[in-house]
Formats: sequence, C-alpha cells, structure tokens
Amino acid sequence: MDYANSFALVLPEIVLALSGLLLLLVAAWGGDKAARLVSIAAAVALGGAFALAAVAVCSGAGGLDTIAFAGQFRADAFAGLAKLMIYAASGAALIVAPRFFERAGAMRAEFPVLVLFATLGMSIMVSAADLMTLYIGLELNSLAAYVLAAILRDDERSSEAGLKYFVLGGLASGILLFGMSLIYGFTGTTNFAGIAVAVSDGLSPGQLFGLTFVLAGLAFKISAAPFHMWTPDVYEGAPTPVTMFFASAPKVAAIVLLARVSLEAFGTQDDAWRQIVIFAALLSIVIGALGAIGQQNVKRLLAYSSINNVGFILIGLAAGTQAGASAMMVYLAIYVVMTIGSFVAVLLMRDANGNQVENVSDLAGLSTTRPVLAWCLLALMFSLAGIPPLFGFWGKFVVFQAVVEADLLALAAIGIAASVIGAFYYIKIVKIMFFDEAGDTVRGAGDTPHWSLLAICALLVSPLGYLLIGPLGNLADMAAASLAVAF
Amino acid sequence: MGGFPILSVMLLVPLLGAIACLFLDAKPARMVALLATLIDLALGIVLWANYDIGGAQWQFTESAGLFAGFDYALGIDGIALMLIMLSVFLMPICIGASWEAITKRVGEYMAAFLLMEVLMIGVFAAQDIFLFYIFFEAGLIPMYLIIGVWGGQNRIYAAYKFFLYTLLGSVLMLIAMLWMVNEAGTSSIPVLMEYDFAPEAQTWLWLAFFASFAVKMPMWPVHTWLPDAHVQAPTAGSVILAGVLLKLGGYGFIRFSLPMFPDASAEFGWLVWGLSMIAVVVTSLIALVQADMKKLIAYSSVAHMAIVTVGLFAFNVQGLEGAMMIMLGHGLVSGALFLCVGVIYDRLHTREIDRYGGLAINMPAYAALFMLFTMASVGLPGTSNFVGEFLALAGIYQVNSWVAFVCTTGIILGAAYMLYLYRRVVFGIQKNADAAAMPDLSMREYLLLGPIAAAVLWMGVYPESFLAPMRADIEILDTRLATAAPESDAQLAIGEGAPIEEDLSHGGAH
Repeated sequence: MDYANSFALVLPEIVLALSGLLLLLVAAWGGDKAARLVSIAAAVALGGAFALAAVAVCSGAGGLDTIAFAGQFRADAFAGLAKLMIYAASGAALIVAPRFFERAGAMRAEFPVLVLFATLGMSIMVSAADLMTLYIGLELNSLAAYVLAAILRDDERSSEAGLKYFVLGGLASGILLFGMSLIYGFTGTTNFAGIAVAVSDGLSPGQLFGLTFVLAGLAFKISAAPFHMWTPDVYEGAPTPVTMFFASAPKVAAIVLLARVSLEAFGTQDDAWRQIVIFAALLSIVIGALGAIGQQNVKRLLAYSSINNVGFILIGLAAGTQAGASAMMVYLAIYVVMTIGSFVAVLLMRDANGNQVENVSDLAGLSTTRPVLAWCLLALMFSLAGIPPLFGFWGKFVVFQAVVEADLLALAAIGIAASVIGAFYYIKIVKIMFFDEAGDTVRGAGDTPHWSLLAICALLVSPLGYLLIGPLGNLADMAAASLAVAF
Repeated sequence: MGGFPILSVMLLVPLLGAIACLFLDAKPARMVALLATLIDLALGIVLWANYDIGGAQWQFTESAGLFAGFDYALGIDGIALMLIMLSVFLMPICIGASWEAITKRVGEYMAAFLLMEVLMIGVFAAQDIFLFYIFFEAGLIPMYLIIGVWGGQNRIYAAYKFFLYTLLGSVLMLIAMLWMVNEAGTSSIPVLMEYDFAPEAQTWLWLAFFASFAVKMPMWPVHTWLPDAHVQAPTAGSVILAGVLLKLGGYGFIRFSLPMFPDASAEFGWLVWGLSMIAVVVTSLIALVQADMKKLIAYSSVAHMAIVTVGLFAFNVQGLEGAMMIMLGHGLVSGALFLCVGVIYDRLHTREIDRYGGLAINMPAYAALFMLFTMASVGLPGTSNFVGEFLALAGIYQVNSWVAFVCTTGIILGAAYMLYLYRRVVFGIQKNADAAAMPDLSMREYLLLGPIAAAVLWMGVYPESFLAPMRADIEILDTRLATAAPESDAQLAIGEGAPIEEDLSHGGAH
C-alpha cells in the first residue's frame, strides 16, 4: 500500500484539484476578462480527467488493487463509469455557460473554477470507501454548488435559489452527519468494509437509526421524495446552465454514492434499506409525475421530471443485485444524456431579442416555426416518458428487468403503472409544440456548440441509441461487478 | 427467396421514405409516400407468392445480433403473412385518401404514415418478444401525432385518451414479458409459444397480456378511446386505425395469450365470452342511435371485434379461422366504410348523418360501392365478413350455444344499424341542397375503393386463398390448445356434427 500507487489511483482527482487551484489564481489575477480562457482550460482539464478515468473503466478495474489511502478511496470501474458521466455533464455545462452569462453580462471567471471544484467533490464522492471520504466529497461538491446557484448576484431568483439550497443542504448535511456518527458509534469504524463486517449478523437499533439518517441525508442530495421540496425552487431560480449541471452531474454522484453505502457497507442487510429505497422510489415517481402536471415553467417541470427519473433509478437499486446496479448505471447514463439535451433545448428557447423564455406556453406551435428544435424536443420528451423506440425506454427496460429478476414483481408492476402518469406531461409538451397554434415566441437562435450538443443528445436518444446497448451494457456490468460486495 | 432479407427491406423502404418525406415539400412528399407504399405492396405480393404453404412454420426468418439484450429476429407464419398483406394493401390507399384532404404539413403527415407502416409490419414480423413490444408500443407516437395534428375539432382530447389508455394497457404486459423471458431463458417468440408455464403463473401473465390486448382490440368496457380516436382522426388515420391497429389486439391473443398460456386462456374463457356478449349487444345498440357516421362505424367495429374474440376463445379450428377471417374482412370493410365517409366529408365537411340524404340520385356510383361495403359489414354471403362471422359463430356454437345465440343477435343488430345508416344517407329525398349538389366519385376515389371492393368479393367468394396459408398454423395452435379446451355444452354427440360444420365452412371454396 505505498503512496505512489495511491496517488496513481487518484490521478483524475489530482488533475482536477491542481487545475482548479491554478485556474483560481488565473481567475483572481486575470479577472472576468480571463473568463473564456479559464473556461477552455477547465474543459481541457475535465477532458484529461475523463481520459484517465476511462482507462480504469475499460480495464474493468476492481478488487484490492483499486483501494487507495488505506481503504479511504476506491478507484474501481463503478466509480470510473460514474466519473465519465460526471465529467461529460460538467463539460457540457461549461460549453453552454458562456453564451448564457455573457448575455446577462455576468460571465465570471469563478464559474468554471467552481464547476471544477464541484466536479472534484463528486469525483471523490463516487470513489468514497469510507464515511469520511464520503463527507469530504459531498461537502466540497455542495459548497461549490451553493455558490453556483447564486452566481447571478444581481438576480433575486438566483440569490434566493442559492440561499434555499444552502439552508436546506446544510440541514441535510446535518442529518447525514448525525447518521454517520451513529453508525460510527455502533460499529466502531467509518470504513465501508469495516461496517459491512460489523453489521453482517444483523443491525442493532442504533445502527438502523444511523442507516436511516444517512439514507435520508443522501435522499435529499438526489432529490428523492419526500426530500425533494427544494428541487423545483432551486432549479427554477438557478441560472439555466447551472440547473443543467445540478440535474445531471451531482445526481449521478449522489446516486452512485447511495448505491455504494447501501450495497458495500450494508450489503448484507439489504432488507433493512430496501423498504426505505422502495418507499422513496415509488413516492418519487408519483410525486414527480403529479407535481409536473400543473407546472408552467419549463425548468420547474424538468425539476419534477428529474424527481420522477430518480424514482426509476432507485427501483434499480432496490433490486439489490448486480443486475440492478448495472441497470442503474445504464439508466443514469441515458438520464444524463436526456437531461443535458432537454436543458440545451431550454437554453435555445430565446425570443426575438435573444432573451431566455421559460414558460411551457412559449413553446406553442414550435413545430411550425422551429421544426428542428421541436423534433429534437419531441424525441427527448418521448424518451423521458420511456416510449420505445426512443432510447429512454431502454433505461426503464433494464431497471424493470433487474427488478423482475430479483422477484420484486409488485414493485415492478406499481412502478411501471405509475410511469404512465408521468407520460401525461411529457406528451403535453409535445401537444403544445405540435398541436397548438403557433405563438412564434421562441426564435431558437443558437450557436454551433448548442446545436451540436442538442444534435448529439437527440441522436443518442433516437433509435440509433439501441446500437450502443451492447457496449453500454458491458461497461455497466463491469462496473457493477467491481463493487466490493458479494451479491 | 434464398438469403434475400425481404422482411427487412419491407421495413427499410417506408422508413427511408419517412425520413425523406420530413425534408420534402407537399408534392414530392406525396409522391415519395405513394411510391414507398407501392413498393412495399409489391414486396408483399412477392412475399405471398413465395410463401410456401405447407412448408416450415416460420418462413423468411432473419436474425441479426444488432442489439444486446434482445434479437433483431424477423420471420412470419401464415397468420402474420395475411396481416402484413392487409397492412401493405391498405397503406397506398391511405396515402391516396390523404392526397387532397391533407393540405397542411404534408411532409410530416406522410412521414408519420410511413413510420406507422414500418411499425405495423414490424409488429407482425417480429420473432423476438421485446422487438415485438418495441414495435407495438412505438406505434403510439405517430398515431398520437396523426390524431393530434391533423384531426378534427376535439382532437387533443382524443389524442391524449388514445395515448394514455393504450400505454396504461401495455406497460403491464412489459413486466409480464420480462418475467417470462427470465423464466424461460429466451426471448424468442417461437420458443416461448411452446414453453409450458406453470398454471398459476399463467393466470397472472394472461391477465397482464389481456390488459394490453383488450384495450387495443378494443373490448367492452375499455373501448371508449376508440370512438373518440376514430371520430377525430383524419380519414386515412381512421382507416389505418380500424384496418390494422385494431388487429394488433387479435394478433396478440392468437400469438401470445392462446399458445403461451393455454390453461389460463381456458380458465378465463368465460370472461372473454361475457365481455364479448355484452359488447356485441351494447355497442350495436349504441351504434344504432349515433348521429355521427364515423362514430357509428367505430361502435360497429367494437361489435365486430367482439365476435373475433369469441371466435378466438372457442378453442377450435373453425373459431380461430373465423376470427382471422373477420379480422382481415373487417380490416378491409371498415377501412372502406371510413373511406366512404371520407368521400362525402371531403365534399361537405360534416359527418352528421342528417346533413345528407338521397345521395343515390346524384352519386350513383358512390351509392353502389357504399352498398357493397354496407352489405359486407352486415355479413351478406358472398362478402368477406360472411365467411368470418359464420365460421366464428359456428366455432363458438360447438362450445357454448348461449354465447353463440347472443352473439348472433349482433348480426341482426348489425344489419339494423348499417341499413338504417345507408337508408338515411343514400336513399330518401334530397332534403339538403348542398348534399344534392355533390359530384360523384372522382378517378382517385374509384382507385381507392375499387381494389378494396375486389378484395372483399374475392374473400367472400373464394376464401380458400386466404385460409390456405393460415391453415397449418391454426392446426398447430389448435393442437396446442386441445388439452385445455373447455368442454362443450352440447347434449348431442358432437362427433357427427363436426364434419358437417367443416363442409359448410368451406362451402364457398369448393
């Protein structure tokens, strides 16, 4: 367990940390004039980290060789795959941000730096093998995220979103810490492997309380019902590129972290956490679907949609099997693509003056005025609703397949029936775009980066995505197999 | 046909057409759509001509490991062949029916129709259960757009209702499919058709599939989406909905529910019979009082489909053959009836029966063709529906004479509402001046209705052409069902009766 080996394993994190610190200095001295340069440099750093993480994933790294710093950190394929999604989502946020903030006259050099630090935090989260690492990663990510939400300093809604996120996020961190202290108190260790040994023959009430509090704290981070209340407000208030970032990367990180805690630390006690996860999953699906129906604001609607999707991902976790963990990763990958695509489409909703519009009704008749944008959104919406032949269906398919294999038939039946409620508001957007009279509000003037991002996402969710089932499934299977748990 | 992947080509041609139509203006889009559907029709004829009757059960099989998780496996038996023929036959007619009626967003409209064709052929040709589900479910998207964009006044409500109703029906089927594949270890439909699931499991699986197919069929009481969807859809949309999409339910029963869960099918036979009996009587009576022509035909579809389900769940050869023949016949006849409504709707822009009258005077050719399809719908001997309805009712009569009795009233009620409709629209005095001024059929309309009329008569006079490819497959299904078939309620020795029924049923053929 020499340090050189440990450092080699955390190479992506080192790249992110060093470039973050360096760019912070550039930002401090260069001021906002250097914003574009810092953005590009941050994107390059993310690309480098992506390449480094990709190596670990492709080799299917797992087992003892991936443990760094005496059991604090695991750079296995499971973490690696999550990192790939996180880095890609962060990169997408960096690509769309300049245009948005320059329009508002608020492109600050801190933005890319904060994104880098948040990404570093997430990177640590997904690799956590110890409650301490978990908390450090989570807080690093959260602190950067609070500032990101409030980055439009002159905008009331942005400040409100930041404050709300901070207060409620602080509460959730408190709950999480309390749970962790209980677990530590009743098991005598903070290490996941150690906890797994300590709880292998049943949970004591103290450990059960600790587990419940930890799950509640993490449920807040992934905005699973009933801890979802902050999501619509923060998503609506935060600047759109930041919302896109929140809806994609931290979701991946927190869900993967939740899976690690549940499967690695408490893998032997799956009956204890399964009921909590099932409860949160079904409630999220229903609340996410019902809550979205009445929304007028696209970002609020997508916030509820993300709550709904988290429910389906949790169903994969509830299976508690290797197939379930693999299905979860597949769903997450598709979810990230759909989320980025939807938010890029929202960013392209600009009126004649180039200002952002955010109301669902502004999309009226989009198919006649801006057919390309409308067809891309149509594909994304049907994909989010899980209608074949769009790729979103495959995410739901693998998740439910895992649940059926785990013999949780009632969960599968209720979950899939509830997905029909969600279909209603997705097809409502299609209805507004295709059936309603043209309002001609949205001009959809965009630049190449936006359109190419949207095109990539639309192509991936189109039926062509099915050609990727094989590679994606293999990666997810390798990732799930690398978890330190005997399924 | 050697190794030529004809089924894939039949999927590819309309798909490419659909993509091309998206980028084309109105005129070229119409031409491309017509061309693509005609090529598919030609390929369909080649398919039928090369289908080896009495050969292997599954022909033209193709398989490619394109996707992990499920196979891209295609192949057809006689039943699928006939339904594919129905689809490719109706498709050019649908395009023709929309030639002048659709003026806005023609390219997208044609693309949606061509996509429908891809998905319909795919449903019938899929040999992998998940591939089937993808094609089956994907049909919601183009149909939702067709109803919602090009539909009538109340189109949005109808589109929502259609989408959510059918989606809710089919999601439970997906869970059942996942369970079956997990249990049997294969997603191949031919293998699953021979797999024996445990009887208790069959009950649940059957119910999950029933939820989906009963909505698609549609069976009473989950038929309420159909009148809305039919009335609001554009003419060609109604044709494809009545002609092919409703057959997905019957196809589902014959391909999945019956062979995969024979015990559960027998166990729930009473449920299907009961719902069908109610449907035949109730929806026929509802049809009798409709003031809207399309609604009337929509309700009549529900009644006809109920006789299909009765035939399917009669568990004998006559019943199954009859069900298939009604499906084919009804596909043609109801499609043609919707076209007939479309013809006068295009002229007067109303579907209200009272706004017409005395059309026989100014539109004699139209009146004659409409008469033919009305008679076919009633089930007059010599038309397609007679063969099917007679066989299906003969089939159920062997099992349960009461069900046969109630369902036969459907024929009488069917005659009542169809003739009543015909009298009010075509006969009588010309009370509306604008209706009296309508010109007779144009060349295009002759070309749409003529082929269907020919097919209806062909099917009525020589049904053997259509029964022959399906016979072997229906035998196999009948053998599969033999162990589970319910006992007959007949008091007489049925051994003597059966050959007579057999003779009668093919009476038209010899």
